[in-house]
Amino acid sequence: MNPVRRTLLKSIVTVGMLASAISVSLVKPAAALVASWNKNAFSAKTIADAMKEAGYSGAAESSDILLKVPDIAEDGAIVPLEVTSNIPGTTSIAIFAEKNPNPLVADIQFSNGAQPYISMHIKMAETSFVRVAVKAGDKIYSQSKEVKVTLGGCGG
Amino acid sequence: MDNEMKMRATIQGDVADVKVLIKHIMETGLRKDPTTKQFIPAHFINQVVASLNGVTVLDMQWGVAVSKNPFFGFKVKGAKPGDKITVNAVDNLGTKFYGETAVA
Repeated sequence: MNPVRRTLLKSIVTVGMLASAISVSLVKPAAALVASWNKNAFSAKTIADAMKEAGYSGAAESSDILLKVPDIAEDGAIVPLEVTSNIPGTTSIAIFAEKNPNPLVADIQFSNGAQPYISMHIKMAETSFVRVAVKAGDKIYSQSKEVKVTLGGCGG
Repeated sequence: MDNEMKMRATIQGDVADVKVLIKHIMETGLRKDPTTKQFIPAHFINQVVASLNGVTVLDMQWGVAVSKNPFFGFKVKGAKPGDKITVNAVDNLGTKFYGETAVA
């Protein structure tokens, strides 16, 4: 056995391991900055599956969630929606259109002073309930309201 | 692509009321081209992050049911005039969008 060769091989292996350790430590923080898009939740086809995959199952109805949507939407392509959560410790709000092909519309996380409020325009395929779910601590709450859609906004 | 995004942030007390409009087709992938009868591929913004002076305040994931040319509004407590609000968005094809405005 050649001792020089052994040492050389060992040091090559060590350098290799170090390099991979460095690259792992470099990659991880960058990946952690952007949470990966929750494909399972957004491709779920039922409201129950979508709520489960998005982490909002077991929600209790709460009147402390204010959901503002029109009673009748003439155009399902643009349904204005406003949600305010008056539940202390609200960290996120998810929006679902129950009869859309994929019910989950959006999942919004609040931090560093953002008020538990969101306003946006959503698409609705047909008349259905719009459900919003709120995460506060380890508890889930929800509220829903029916929107009658005259012209669907998802088909073609 | 600043021209793709329109933003306005107005102060009310110590709360900034921010409104954002992004120009985007938001194609669902569920519509068929009337002539070719083929599904039009999905093309939609799926992640949006808003920051106040570089600190993330809003982190959103979107599906295909956010309306075309997405509009959203949010409120941030602890803001003051002159503070910088930035919005970074990315779509499912990896195209990035950026906008910024000062709280007025």
